[in-house]
Amino acid sequence: MAWFRKEKKPRQPKRERLEIPPDTWEKCEACGHTDLREKFERNLNVCPNCDFHRRIRASDYLAILLDEDTAEETEMDLKSTDPLSFPEYPARLAKATAKAGDGDAILTATGQLGGMPVGVGAMDFAFMGGSMGSVVGEKIARLGQKSLERKFPLVLVSASGGARMQEGVLSLMQMAKAAAILSQLAERRIPYVSILTNPTTGGVSASYAMLGDAILAEPGAVIGFAGPRVIKQTIGQDLPEGFQTAEFLLEHGMVDAVVHRHDLKQTVGTLLRHMNGKPAATGWTES
Amino acid sequence: MSTGVTLEFEKPIAELERRIEDLRKAAGDGQVSVDEEISTLESKLGEMRAEVYRNLTPIQRVQVARSSKRPFTEDYIRLIFTDFIELHGDRAFRDDAAIVGGWARLDGETVMVIGHQRGRDTKENLKRNFGMPHPEGYRKALRLMKLAEKFHVPVLTFVDTPGAWAGLGAEERGQSEAIARNLLEMSQLTVPIVATIIGEGGSGGALALAVADRVLMLENAVYSVITVEGCAAILWKADGKNQELRDRAASALRITAPDLLPLKVIDEIVPEPPGGAHSNHEAMATTLQEALNRHLEELRKYRPEKLVRRRRQKFLRIGQWSE
Repeated sequence: MAWFRKEKKPRQPKRERLEIPPDTWEKCEACGHTDLREKFERNLNVCPNCDFHRRIRASDYLAILLDEDTAEETEMDLKSTDPLSFPEYPARLAKATAKAGDGDAILTATGQLGGMPVGVGAMDFAFMGGSMGSVVGEKIARLGQKSLERKFPLVLVSASGGARMQEGVLSLMQMAKAAAILSQLAERRIPYVSILTNPTTGGVSASYAMLGDAILAEPGAVIGFAGPRVIKQTIGQDLPEGFQTAEFLLEHGMVDAVVHRHDLKQTVGTLLRHMNGKPAATGWTES
Repeated sequence: MSTGVTLEFEKPIAELERRIEDLRKAAGDGQVSVDEEISTLESKLGEMRAEVYRNLTPIQRVQVARSSKRPFTEDYIRLIFTDFIELHGDRAFRDDAAIVGGWARLDGETVMVIGHQRGRDTKENLKRNFGMPHPEGYRKALRLMKLAEKFHVPVLTFVDTPGAWAGLGAEERGQSEAIARNLLEMSQLTVPIVATIIGEGGSGGALALAVADRVLMLENAVYSVITVEGCAAILWKADGKNQELRDRAASALRITAPDLLPLKVIDEIVPEPPGGAHSNHEAMATTLQEALNRHLEELRKYRPEKLVRRRRQKFLRIGQWSE
């Protein structure tokens, strides 16, 4: 009777199932390409399939730009306070610190770039959208002061939605503060390279981001004074395709070059050597 | 946007003004003498104006600052200066009527005057773009500042804008770059710069004319990193009609002159006539003229290098943090 009934055997897996942690795989936000996280990281978080430049942290930019083991972070003790007693600001700060670390929206460091002493500041979008308050302005001013004293070039990587609303006009004044220090660098002929990443808008773009002796932008980065949403609201129509991207700005003469993340360090190095009166570098290695 | 309508808290004042006007008309017949009654009402009007304006809330100051009855840049040019000759254009793209500027004389001495210009009615506002400049406006301003520097002439600016214009052309032509360039160049201009916030000082679009040795602010002007409406929308997802949240945003942002003086963002509050600058343009202009003269006299004493060094230091010191 039971001739057609298959004898039930407990199924035994042929081999031990591999425990894959859930964060091993990552998906490209632009094309949906899925790959090992490690592979994304090795590629500086540029999608191996579509070349989309994913957002990375300030510490990643310091690692990309500065020679190994030369970076020394500066002004680590500067912390935001709540000068206006602004609603919910202390809680927002605490949350941002827990999420993104205690460097506020910018890390500044001195180090070497291709053997050349430089000061590098990199903004961190993960900290309150990279918003610029007193601490960001002060860190830039102090890094600029170091550049003046030691005569080394300055590199700033921007990633910001603009001024930090919670510090009111004090945030607005940081634009003037950055300009005040950059005007001194200009006077002493110390080169300054500005790197724009996604996004660079508002008070940051209308200040130091647009004042580089050379201005570089990462592919696809959104760069502008007003954010796309605000403009859409103001003019009441859709924005043209590619409006306010790095490539759009290049076409309109607002940036010097759109540079792939892989080539960032070498491009900055070459520019600084030209502007610093240094001979060409030899023996560049992969960044 | 600014309108000519009477503000809510000014209605009792307007009502009294109308009564006085009516009495005058009645007296016009010459039949009855109402002089005594009118003078009583007028002194009451003065008291009422002073009383209302002594206790303005931040949002009321925003409304006053935006009022189209307030004196604009061109009014101050007419009332304070002589020999004004307007200069146009950025020499690159076009003339932007949202910023006016040119040579003028302040008590006989040549100065360069530059300011945002709003419009009183719709037609004028279309021309002036509500005082919201495009990049070419800021580039015209910079051209005039460099011209002033070339001939060792001080620069006086008047700030009165909701903000720099956010639009396609403005972005294409580099709004960010134009503002940033002004901040940098004003940090190294070798002639005295005195900026006065006369109405609304809206964010980067205001700052691009306000990196100055002295920043003065009229008593009821406001100066902010973002509009109160924008702030309320971001913080509490409020739409434009929610007045309570707009009031809260206005208070939280600390945008009034008395708020900003201790933060060292401004150097002096210029008092307005009782009832606000719009109640008496001439009196306001006289007070401002005195302040401008006083500051220029002080600033003219500095050698250019020291002037620039002090200006930079002033802005380098602004901000609060712990370490």
